[in-house]
Amino acid sequence: MTGSAVRLALEGVGHAFGTLKVLDGVDLVAEPGEVMVLIGPSGCGKSTLLSIFGGMLAPQAGRVRMDGAVAPDCLNALTYVFQDFALLPWRSVAGNVSLVLEDSALSAAERARRVEEVLALTGLSDFAGAWPKQLSGGMRQRVGIARALAVRPAVLLMDEPLSALDAQTRGLLLDEFAEMIARAGVTTVYVTHNLAEAVRLGQQVVVLSRRPGRVREIVRIDRPLAGRHIEDADLLAIEQHLWALIRDDAALADRERVDG
Amino acid sequence: MAEVPFRGGGFAPRDIPAASVGTLVGLVLLWQAGASLHWISTKFLPAPWDIARALYALAASGELWVHLSASLQRLAIGWAVGTVAGLVVGLVVGLFTLARSPGMAVVSALFPIPKIALVPLFIIWFGIGEGSKVITLAFGVFFPTVINTVAGVDGVPRNLIRMGQSFGLGWWSIVRKIVLPGALPAILSGFRITTSTAIILLVAAEMIGAEKGIGAFVLAAGNLYDTDNLLAGIVLLSTIGLVLSWVIGRMEKLLLSWR
Ligand SMILES: Nc1ncnc2c1ncn2[C@@H]1O[C@H](COP(=O)(O)OP(=O)(O)O)[C@@H](O)[C@H]1O
Ligand SMILES: [Mg+2]
Repeated sequence: MTGSAVRLALEGVGHAFGTLKVLDGVDLVAEPGEVMVLIGPSGCGKSTLLSIFGGMLAPQAGRVRMDGAVAPDCLNALTYVFQDFALLPWRSVAGNVSLVLEDSALSAAERARRVEEVLALTGLSDFAGAWPKQLSGGMRQRVGIARALAVRPAVLLMDEPLSALDAQTRGLLLDEFAEMIARAGVTTVYVTHNLAEAVRLGQQVVVLSRRPGRVREIVRIDRPLAGRHIEDADLLAIEQHLWALIRDDAALADRERVDG
Repeated sequence: MAEVPFRGGGFAPRDIPAASVGTLVGLVLLWQAGASLHWISTKFLPAPWDIARALYALAASGELWVHLSASLQRLAIGWAVGTVAGLVVGLVVGLFTLARSPGMAVVSALFPIPKIALVPLFIIWFGIGEGSKVITLAFGVFFPTVINTVAGVDGVPRNLIRMGQSFGLGWWSIVRKIVLPGALPAILSGFRITTSTAIILLVAAEMIGAEKGIGAFVLAAGNLYDTDNLLAGIVLLSTIGLVLSWVIGRMEKLLLSWR
């Protein structure tokens, strides 16, 4: 679908909020079309890292590089999917998707066509005229996905996109994500604290340490997303390994005082 | 075995539209009954029927429209000028660091001044004609509008603005499609306050040097102790307030149906 093939790299990234050192010497590379999953204890700087990846926060040290070809129909190379959906409550489902196309040079007809296409892709065609408040959490996040796909992104940046949803919806959407990411072939950085999500989606699972976040270990999973199932034995084994890695850090992070 | 007692009642007041009309009508009827039965002396408080007759006489002689149209015109222009200026300044103060502290300092210093006290000053500046009256209204409407607009802009969820930025929307698009709609509920509820402020200031301004207008009419009637006409004027003002509040309610229903 998209012809983008973009490599995204962090080089020596460090950041502090005031005196709070959040990230330290982070080097990461997401190859074109690869899904990189970031896991780590809460407060270790995952969201901060994702903001830096997408140019929403300027790191105090290091830099972000984007190399490769962005498809001509791509309107927004680095595109987010948010944990809290970030939908405009005063716009319909179709209006929320159309919002991100309105500043482009697309003709009205082409815009309408794209909106229709991504709504169909995410199973939202029957909800085009609905208000966000009328939708379940799962449907709202599908709107978030539709909006992101509408701009034909080269990179998808997803910050705990399933965290606000109940377990059943999460399972359903996880499989839909895997399918859409595989089909679109977009480079993806996916933040989660859920290890099952990490092994279902990740080709490269980056384990971050407690704050200040550093890369502790990178676990590669070479199986294609399409054939994976969260109950596969090899994935479960990796999940246990990941848990062993972050368990102590998570316990310590949990007992930390949160200031500011 | 005892039944579990219910503890979840109350704290859920509902609106009953018929009850609001019913209450007002009931009070007027009670008042009329009190006057008819001579419990209330009409010397001290004219009966509703007397007020209605006074209003009818005013309408029949054409005097009503002269005063009403003069007042409505001032109200419309003064409110609109103050509102537009307040929205623009509120948006600027709400959006720009450079304007924020200076703007809020000036607004906080001038907001509490009773604007009525400034009417003589406005008359010196803008003359005794329409200018000083409209400016008095606009001035009174301006400050609460600024404050409500700033509060509305501040209340727009940060994550929605960041969403717009992350999708590469332009500055003006973000203001027009995210900030303004997000601030609209606060702005509209501010309109309820500014319309009543405008009516109060309208009467005050018309009591100082005006020949036409409900304020001037009420003042003249008061000077003659013509209490029927005095209260007829008051009824007109109250009606204007009710109509405006109904209009704003409709606007909220129409523009904020997404809530
Ligand atoms: N804008 C900010 N200002 C100050 N501190 C922040 C800001 N954003 C995040 N932090 C702090 O930085 C740390 C890392 O935050 P975050 O990246 O959100 O962690 P994670 O997503 O891994 O839970 C936390 O302690 C958080 O309180
Ligand atoms: Mg986070």
